[in-house]
Amino acid sequence: MNWPLLSVVTFLPLVGALTLLFTGSDEAASSRRARYTALWTTLVTFAVSILIPMNFTMAEPGFQLVESHAWMGGLATYKLGVDGISMPLVMLTTFLMPICILASWHVDKRVREYMIAFLVLETLMIGVFVALDLVLFYVLFEAGLIPMFLIIGIWGGPRRVYASFKFFLYTLLGSVLMLLAIIAMYWHAGTTDIATLLSTPNAFPADMQKWLWLAFFASFAVKMPMWPVHTWLPDAHVEAPTAGSVILAAILLKMGGYGFLRFSLPMFPDASLYFQNFVYVLSVVAIVYTSLVALMQEDMKKLIAYSSVAHMGFVTMGIFSLTRQGIDGAMFQMISHGLVSGALFLCVGVVYDRMHTREIAAYGGLVNRMPLYAAVFMLFTMANVGLPGSSGFVGEFLTLLGTFQNNTWVAFIASTGVILSAGYALWLYRRVVFGKLEKSTLTWMPDMTPRELATLAPLVVLTLFFGVYPAPILDTVAASVEGLLKSVQVAAAHLDTITLTMK
Amino acid sequence: MMTFLQQADAAAAAPEILLAVLAMVLLMLGVFSRREAYTTVASGAVIALVVAIATVIWGTGSGKVTAFGGSFIVDDFARLMKVLAMGGSAIAIILSGRFLGRVGMAKFEYPVIILLATTGMMMMISAGDLISLYMGLELQSLALYVVAAINRDDAKSSEAGLKYFVLGALSSGMLLYGASLVYGFTGSTQFTAIAATLGATGSNLGVLFGLVFIISGLAFKVSAVPFHMWTPDVYEGAPTPVTAFFAAAPKIAAMALFIRVLTGPFAPVVKDWQQIVVFVSLASMVLGAFAAIGQTNIKRLLAYSSIGHMGYALVGLAAGSDEGVQGVVIYMLIYLLTTVGVFACVLAMRRQGRAVESISDLAGLARTNKGLAFVFSMLMFSLAGIPPLAGFFGKLFVFMAAVKAGLWALAIIGVIASVVGAYYYLRIVKTIYFDEPAAAFDDMDGEVKTIAYASGIFSLAFVVIAQPLLSLATAAAMSLH
Repeated sequence: MNWPLLSVVTFLPLVGALTLLFTGSDEAASSRRARYTALWTTLVTFAVSILIPMNFTMAEPGFQLVESHAWMGGLATYKLGVDGISMPLVMLTTFLMPICILASWHVDKRVREYMIAFLVLETLMIGVFVALDLVLFYVLFEAGLIPMFLIIGIWGGPRRVYASFKFFLYTLLGSVLMLLAIIAMYWHAGTTDIATLLSTPNAFPADMQKWLWLAFFASFAVKMPMWPVHTWLPDAHVEAPTAGSVILAAILLKMGGYGFLRFSLPMFPDASLYFQNFVYVLSVVAIVYTSLVALMQEDMKKLIAYSSVAHMGFVTMGIFSLTRQGIDGAMFQMISHGLVSGALFLCVGVVYDRMHTREIAAYGGLVNRMPLYAAVFMLFTMANVGLPGSSGFVGEFLTLLGTFQNNTWVAFIASTGVILSAGYALWLYRRVVFGKLEKSTLTWMPDMTPRELATLAPLVVLTLFFGVYPAPILDTVAASVEGLLKSVQVAAAHLDTITLTMK
Repeated sequence: MMTFLQQADAAAAAPEILLAVLAMVLLMLGVFSRREAYTTVASGAVIALVVAIATVIWGTGSGKVTAFGGSFIVDDFARLMKVLAMGGSAIAIILSGRFLGRVGMAKFEYPVIILLATTGMMMMISAGDLISLYMGLELQSLALYVVAAINRDDAKSSEAGLKYFVLGALSSGMLLYGASLVYGFTGSTQFTAIAATLGATGSNLGVLFGLVFIISGLAFKVSAVPFHMWTPDVYEGAPTPVTAFFAAAPKIAAMALFIRVLTGPFAPVVKDWQQIVVFVSLASMVLGAFAAIGQTNIKRLLAYSSIGHMGYALVGLAAGSDEGVQGVVIYMLIYLLTTVGVFACVLAMRRQGRAVESISDLAGLARTNKGLAFVFSMLMFSLAGIPPLAGFFGKLFVFMAAVKAGLWALAIIGVIASVVGAYYYLRIVKTIYFDEPAAAFDDMDGEVKTIAYASGIFSLAFVVIAQPLLSLATAAAMSLH
């Protein structure tokens, strides 16, 4: 590669947004142009991003396709690169964006601004995953709040203002502490280069690690979101427009898991071991408690939002099991959840666009009028439950397997979450799709349009494909996870020595 | 001319002398011209400032030069801060023109007074002696008292001017008293001599008292808590372009003086003043964050916002290190360039020829004027310190200094206050973007539009163009040794 592939992929959407910024103001024509510009920009971005896996060496654990330039007067560098952990997430982002644009085709309020917001958001999301400098990472991580704030606030539902403020302030509060930790790391290690920090064993003393770990945890736990700081998510999901919910569930939440894998585990391995049980407890509570909460929801989006929190519980549990299977499973679960929850929100969007309500009680018997929809919705419900053969199964199974190795009880309680998830997901499906079509308001409902089918079809294919053949993802992450585990094991051994010498 | 100045040991003060002379010339021009002279005098004042900026950059040599036997210091720090202060004044004059004309306040004295205030600011920035410090400070303050009350037929403006005058005179008195104590206990008014004495003997009670009084006086000038009470009233009472002036240039000068005094003569007793600055900084950040929440008038809100911003700038000073000074310089640079843009946006809030100032007047601006709405919102995000906008980097650099100095409590409370502060900036963005549109504003004046847009572009582009600005700030911080 002699041209900056990652920079191109990252900034292509921004270029699209800038061209939209300077197009005419004639309402109808500019809306139409905005839709097509956005769609083509995201499609081209996806097409270019396919070059990333093609130029990627799986066996190589370090960063690849690295670009580096001076930035911010020596404080930071503009450094990009991907490894096995970030690459799948970049691909997930570029893959989902055209789908989101397509799902927003019927948005008719301030279309140009809507598309600009999404394109800017795409640049920032890709940037977060490819950034190899702490300051650059932080800048992109935080900057994403601005477009998302506007997306929820302008195009959201009735309580959009409340939801957008809660989203913004909650995540900001979590992140500012991480900023202080980044500064402390800079003064201690003399660099903000992520690759250097990763390759320095025991870069930070154990006491300092605990504080740094907690500061990063504050940010990622909110983003993830983990119980008990998850309460912004249901509000944000319910109020956001469909595509906003998809982005939120499929990609923004993954930034938390990515952060744990990129920073907390390899940079603060002592602290990660120290806080392992703490994370276990929060994860298990998230899995069981939010699953129970999901059972009680009367709003479809809220139910899926709570199910997201539960599924993210599996991810944090898997990550902090500090085992091969656990981390592989967490990575897989993140990708799978990105596809499945994104698809579920799209499914809700399909009926919401027709009925303008998300209340479960307003539906029932949709299978009679919308057989195709019923089939697609069924598939994603099953994937959400974690049925073998769907991508949802692989992730949950691997995280449980990884956790079982060092804590049987946690794995046991977490596996009840699988049962609960079957409960709320199937019950939701039954109430919305099955039964007699009794409500007169529903009798006119047409089945999915080709556009709606086009948004869901790629997700159907990938969900089934990864369910049957998970190897592409697992092979990609393998080398990087191996490298990550090595640093944790070094720390564990190092801790053991300390304990021994103290005896 | 230059030879004469050199003989008088005043070559380094050429820009100040030039500015003062030009102010007099413009005053005469205004007095003796037959027609309404505002436009001529105002353009003359802007040209005078531009010439003075050029003189500062190219006409004051390089490195550290002094004048008047060391009472007047010109170093890279002074050069940068002077350029910023004069730039702020020039922009304020440019923004004022049509606004003052509309409300019948376009008097030729106004630009002249601003020039005199700016001369005072430059004296403050270059002060190398307690006497020249006080002279500069008073020249600036007396001019500002007049400017604050310029709308003399308006009760609010007169009240603001009077309040500012009484409190300002009190603070000047305190500063003078502190200066006399310091002189009494160290035996010199020159900064270098004071530093030498303090370095040799350490601090004593008398110097400590003097220090506290001097810091109080300076805190008043930057409107830091607990000496901030005048700020909301003056901001609200004064006509908007005057407020824009108040928010920009004098803050730069006062902060520069703050830095020069504390890192110069009082550098040996850093432990004594550090805790005071930490407290002032903390109090300003917290009060700025919480008090702004309830405001409905945009200018009053910006007053509390500026109090908070001075708190953040002081975080860097509290660190008492080179990084800290560098952080403050960057912070003030970004603050200046963002603030003038914000006030340009506020100036654009006019309906049927009349200025409106309530936040609710901004409702739905995103649909009536997309460009202004975007710029306004970006500036708000920048003030809130959200990356990738300029304001974030200002905060980043001051907090870096604080963390390095081990001021953890200050850093943690500071960042949390910035989250609280983000709420009210977001509220403005919410009003602009989420609310149903109110009636459209009048068309923006060309110069107001240019300044607003330039400021918006600066805050967006800072992330890319930071490099040269950062090296300027580093050079400035290093030159203080």
